[in-house]
Amino acid sequence: MSSALMSSETDTPFVSADHPKRRLPGVEGVWVFVLADMTVFGVLFGSFMLSRHHNPGLFEASRHALNPNFGGVNTLILVTSSWFAALALDAVRKSRFATAQHFIGGAFLCGVAFMVSKAIEYTEKLNAGISLLTNDFFMYYFTLTGIHLFHVVAGNVVLLVLWLMARSRSFDPERPVVLECGAIYWHMVDLLWIILFPLLYLVR
Amino acid sequence: MELLRKPVTIVWAALMLATCATTWLLSKNSVTPEVATVAIMLVAAVKVRLVIRYFMEVRRAPLALQFVCDGWLLAVTALIVTVYLV
Repeated sequence: MSSALMSSETDTPFVSADHPKRRLPGVEGVWVFVLADMTVFGVLFGSFMLSRHHNPGLFEASRHALNPNFGGVNTLILVTSSWFAALALDAVRKSRFATAQHFIGGAFLCGVAFMVSKAIEYTEKLNAGISLLTNDFFMYYFTLTGIHLFHVVAGNVVLLVLWLMARSRSFDPERPVVLECGAIYWHMVDLLWIILFPLLYLVR
Repeated sequence: MELLRKPVTIVWAALMLATCATTWLLSKNSVTPEVATVAIMLVAAVKVRLVIRYFMEVRRAPLALQFVCDGWLLAVTALIVTVYLV
């Protein structure tokens, strides 16, 4: 048995006995929340595809009213935001709090850019007379993107708190659990959009 | 520059390129809708797996979490592609 297995670190259930270097990022609770949220979205994705299956003509015609440039640019924004969050975590682990603060700020600004882009897109649709009640496709479009947008807004509040924590150097570089949890949530918001975007805008 | 050599930076570049390819190339009418749609959803699945493994650091997490995450991704991708094709 290796000495690593005997260390106090491996007393926690978060470290696999087979692989002493493996450890759970964040805490168990955040993973339960994230996986439950992902499961709900998985069901909604399936529900959208089943509705599309029953009325492919309507869904295809309605899809053409969407502008894929918005969806594509929003994906680039969220992917970049996620990258900033990952870099912030890396910086904190090296005790570079000022650098981490800049990266968290970058992630936050990307989140704001996503919200602005979504507001422009929604306004464009509503001005064209398209709403939640137009048809089944747009019911899904507004509901799915709306629930996702709520996640982005919540994520931005989390990022703001993390930015303040980085400023006051409130993270433990050895185990920055709060930052890890926030980053995991923010990456989930990113990955859900990575599926949601092609599902609504590109499936033909 | 240290930043450019980080695995998360390489993953970010791959995600950006894949997004551009699916949004502005694969979505055009050069291939049949079925081929384009399946390819776009498979690329999305690969992108999600990269986010899970590298950004969420699941590649260094206990295997149980890796299995759960891969199981979710497999189920969601299979559901979307299967319902689309039948």
